[in-house]
Amino acid sequence: MILASVLTTNLAILVLAGFIGFVVISKVPNTLHTPLMSGTNAIHGIVLLGGLLIVGLSGNGVFNKVILVIAIAFGTINIVGGFLVTDRMLEMFKSRPKPPPAKAGDHKNEKHDGAGAG
Amino acid sequence: MVAIPLATTFLQSQSFLDVLYIVAFALFIQGLRGLSGPTTSVRGNRIAAVGMAIAVIATLLQRNEGNWGLIALGIALGTAVGVPAARQVKMTAMPQMVALFNGVGGGAVFLISWSEFRLTHGYQGTATYIAIFSLFAAIVGSVSFWGSNIAFGKLQEIIPGRPITLGSGQQIVNLVLFILAVAAGVDIAAGDHSQGIFIGMLVCAALLGNAVVLPIGGADMPVVISMLNAFTGLSAAATGIALNNPALIVAGMIVGASGSILTNLMAVAMNRSIPAIIAGGFGGGGAVAGAEGAGEHAGTVRSTSAADAAIQLAYANRVMIVPGYGMAVAQAQHAVRELTKALEARGVEIGYAIHPVAGRMPGHMNVLLAEADVPYDQLEEMDEANQEFGRTDVSLVIGANDVTNPAAKNTPSSPIYGMPILEVNNSHSVIVIKRSMNPGFAGIENELYYEPETSMLFGDAKSAVSEITAALADI
Repeated sequence: MILASVLTTNLAILVLAGFIGFVVISKVPNTLHTPLMSGTNAIHGIVLLGGLLIVGLSGNGVFNKVILVIAIAFGTINIVGGFLVTDRMLEMFKSRPKPPPAKAGDHKNEKHDGAGAG
Repeated sequence: MVAIPLATTFLQSQSFLDVLYIVAFALFIQGLRGLSGPTTSVRGNRIAAVGMAIAVIATLLQRNEGNWGLIALGIALGTAVGVPAARQVKMTAMPQMVALFNGVGGGAVFLISWSEFRLTHGYQGTATYIAIFSLFAAIVGSVSFWGSNIAFGKLQEIIPGRPITLGSGQQIVNLVLFILAVAAGVDIAAGDHSQGIFIGMLVCAALLGNAVVLPIGGADMPVVISMLNAFTGLSAAATGIALNNPALIVAGMIVGASGSILTNLMAVAMNRSIPAIIAGGFGGGGAVAGAEGAGEHAGTVRSTSAADAAIQLAYANRVMIVPGYGMAVAQAQHAVRELTKALEARGVEIGYAIHPVAGRMPGHMNVLLAEADVPYDQLEEMDEANQEFGRTDVSLVIGANDVTNPAAKNTPSSPIYGMPILEVNNSHSVIVIKRSMNPGFAGIENELYYEPETSMLFGDAKSAVSEITAALADI
């Protein structure tokens, strides 16, 4: 009985999360789809929690400990790397709210481009 | 003396931890809502990161948490790899990066399932449904891990980008691997505790991941990457059900939804059906090329020079840049930005028309242009751009082909008929920068090139654009 109710609760969460996901993600413009993908990459790094939960249980042998450390490392790469790289990308979209009419700004941009190409 | 144990008890009570998990997933959703516009997106991403920190802290507070040394080791390793990678990756290499990150996520999922299986000696003493979700996560996670690694290898050009197939047997092989993996899973769920079967299941899923992605060519990558993104998300959600963790369920499912939406969008934009993609139906382009054939067009192609193109652009009121995969490959975005700056200085109004599959992953073109300092408000999505072509004097097509082919609208017999395109042919004149008259990825003649208002500028995207900019300075 108890198990069944845990399962149905979790399935309800799953279904609702699916609908919310569709609604929220549908509002993301095409322009931001790459940051969206790297951001969702960071979010699925949440599997880290699975590794953390299981590694804490007693009875893990050496092999299990090794694969769990790898899993934790993988999850951490996802989370840390994903959020950082998304932040980097989004900053590029944010930092220029207006077209640059100023001459000084143009010069700075040219320098920046030159450095990037080199 | 009494207060401290009480406080610890409270912090470790399951209800409190569940509340933390709920806060965490609420922050994920709120953070993703921020991605609806460029001004709120940076904050959104940080809100989601805070949610993640809360979820991790809640897990570390669990009463039976332990093995702190191993946890610290894993997190230290992950940080040591993840931070420099995220800081140093070039924007052109973003598709590889996303593929790789996606892969490690899938890898974590199947390793966690495997450790669960081993810890419980084959799911003994656990409910059947937990075993089922854990097995699902293992299969999908393994497919995603290997598929993403292959996608990474192809994008990074470690593995040849061209399709590698087993020929006509490909779909049968895929189907057999799929059935074997599922059958092994069913066997374990039904009570088999053999680890050999579990490993066999992981191997079949691994081979399936390879077999699905190896036949896919470079230009098809947007669909694959989105699909693998959805897979990793769904496998994370399944892990969440197996571990009874609401934050994992919600986060995984949202990623699954996001990946599915993007896959669908990419499939529509490329005129392919998702079932065909999953069954290994990529690479149909080759067959199409033979069937369609060339020589249908008696029309003439007009070629132009950089100097003439510069004059045409200089005296336009409105110019639309149409960048495609070819521009991304030639890494011409900075050169294009220089050209548009020179045009803007002459008072020409500039827009960029972005097809959903321009670039190597969804939205990749926009990132490349944003990095080259193109203002966000000049980037126009397909529908928006299509309303603008009518009042556009010159459309400059750089490395885009099939997405500009009017046959998709006018010729019902064309294989790309029905594919949404940028209606470049509605503008007063069109300049196409292209290496040669070779048909594009899909192997289909582009009627646009034979239209009277179109002129072709043959050459490498980057040098051709730079030549126009140089010529512009002399006018």
